[in-house]
Amino acid sequence: MAASSRAQVLDLYRAMLRESKHFSAYNYRTYAVRRIRDAFRENKNVEDPVEIQTLVNKAKRDLEIIRRQVLIGQLYSTDKLVIEKQEEPRT
Amino acid sequence: MLLRVVWRRVTAALTAAPRSKSGAPIRGLRLRVVDHAPQSAIPSDTVPAPEAEPVLRPLYMDVQATTPLDPRVLDAMLPYLVNYYGNPHSRTHAYGWESEAAMEHARQQVASLIGADPREIIFTSGATESNNIAIKGVARFYKSRKKHLITTQTEHKCVLDSCRSLEAEGFQVTYLPVQKSGIINLKELEAAIQPDTSLVSVMTVNNEIGVKQPIAEIGRICSSRKVYFHTDAAQAVGKIPLDVNDMKIDLMSISGHKIYGPKAERLTQKIMKSLPDVVMNGDPEHHYPGCINLSFAYVEGESLLMALKDVALSSGSACTSASLEPSYVLRAIGTDEDLAHSSIRFGIGRFTTEEEVDYTVEKCIQHVKRLREMSPLWEMVQDGIDLKSIKWTQH
Repeated sequence: MAASSRAQVLDLYRAMLRESKHFSAYNYRTYAVRRIRDAFRENKNVEDPVEIQTLVNKAKRDLEIIRRQVLIGQLYSTDKLVIEKQEEPRT
Repeated sequence: MLLRVVWRRVTAALTAAPRSKSGAPIRGLRLRVVDHAPQSAIPSDTVPAPEAEPVLRPLYMDVQATTPLDPRVLDAMLPYLVNYYGNPHSRTHAYGWESEAAMEHARQQVASLIGADPREIIFTSGATESNNIAIKGVARFYKSRKKHLITTQTEHKCVLDSCRSLEAEGFQVTYLPVQKSGIINLKELEAAIQPDTSLVSVMTVNNEIGVKQPIAEIGRICSSRKVYFHTDAAQAVGKIPLDVNDMKIDLMSISGHKIYGPKAERLTQKIMKSLPDVVMNGDPEHHYPGCINLSFAYVEGESLLMALKDVALSSGSACTSASLEPSYVLRAIGTDEDLAHSSIRFGIGRFTTEEEVDYTVEKCIQHVKRLREMSPLWEMVQDGIDLKSIKWTQH
C-alpha cells in the first residue's frame, strides 16, 4: 500500500471534523472538534512514513468510533443545553 | 411500524445531517411513536401534551461527583455488553477467552497509567470499596502487632468511616489536622508515626477543594519508617502524573468514573476580578486546577446554588450534599462558619468548554450581586460596620 499522501491526511482530517459535528451532545461535539484539530496540528511535522502510517491508521479507527458514537448519541438524544443556539421557532 | 421507523432513522443518520423533515430537532425514537412535549429519552406514560417550549438542560460543572462517559470508552465497552458477554473466568470456551483478554488488556492499561505491574491491579466496585479494603485489610492483617493508623481530617467520608469502625474494634487512629492551605504538616506526620503504626492514609487530590498533598514526600517518610502508605487517588489518576514506585505508594484507590484538562484559571480570575469578598479555599499553588472551591461572603451557598439553576454545581461533596452541616473539609482548613456556608465548588473537566465557563462566570457574578443587594449584612458592611463587633441580642 502506498504511503499516505498529504491529500489523504487532509481528507481524513476533514472527514473526521465533518462527522464530529453530528454529535448531538454539545460536550462531545465540542470536545471531538477540539481534539481532532489539536491532534492533527500536534503531528503536522512528522516526517517518518512509518509513523505517519501508524497515525493515519489510528485516525481511521477513531473515525469509525466517531461514526458509531454519533449514531448512538442521536438514538438517545435529549434536550439541548442552555447555551446552545436554539433553532428558529416554527411560525 | 416501530422497526421501519428505526431503520429509516438509522439510514438517514448515516447519510445526512440529523434533521427531520419538519426541521425540529430529533429527539430519539420515542417522539416518533408518542407525540408529546420534548423530554429526555426516559419513557413516560403521561398524557401527550401540546408542543411546549423545550426544557433546556443545565451545564455540567460538577465533575468531582462524576464525569461524562467518553464516547471512546462506551465504544470500547459496548461489544462486551452486546455479543462478547462471556464470563472472563470461563476457561473452556471462546466466550470466556475473549472476555478474559479484554479484562487483562484493561488491567494493563490501568497499570501503565500509574507505573505499576498488572498483577498489582485489583478491580473493585469503586474507590469507596477500594478504600475500605485497603484500610481495614491492612489494619486487621497486622492487628496482632500493630494497632495504630494515621489519616487526615480532610479525607473522603469512606476513609473516615472505615477508621471510625476500626476504632470500635480497638484500633487507635490519629486524624492529622491540615494547615490553612489544606496541606498536612510533614513534621506532624513524622511525629505521629509510632512503632505500632501499620498504615498512613492520605488522599492525593481533595475532592472538595482540589488541594494536592505532597505524596512523594509522604511516601518517602513512610517507606523510611517501614509503614504502609495508602492514598485515595480517585480525583487524581489520569489528571496529574502518578508513579506508584517513584512515590513509594503501597496502596492506591482509583475510581473508574472520575478518571478522565481545564479552563480553570479563566473562571477563577474572572470571578475574583469582578466581585469583592470572594475567598478561594485551599492552597492556590499545590492545587489541581479542575476543582475550584470559592466562598462568596454575605451570600448563602444554598441560595446561590438554587439561583444558578442553569449550571449543575455543588457545595461540598456529593456524599455530604444531603446534610445541612457545613463541610468538614472547610472546617478543617479553618474557614469561618459563615464563609463555609457560602462555598460553591466548580468542577472543570476534559469536556468543559470556554463558552460554558464564561456563561457560568456571568451567571455567578449576576446572582451574587443580586443576592448581596438583598442582604442586610452586606448593607451593614457597605456602611462600614465591622460585623464582628455586633452584639446580636437574643429575644
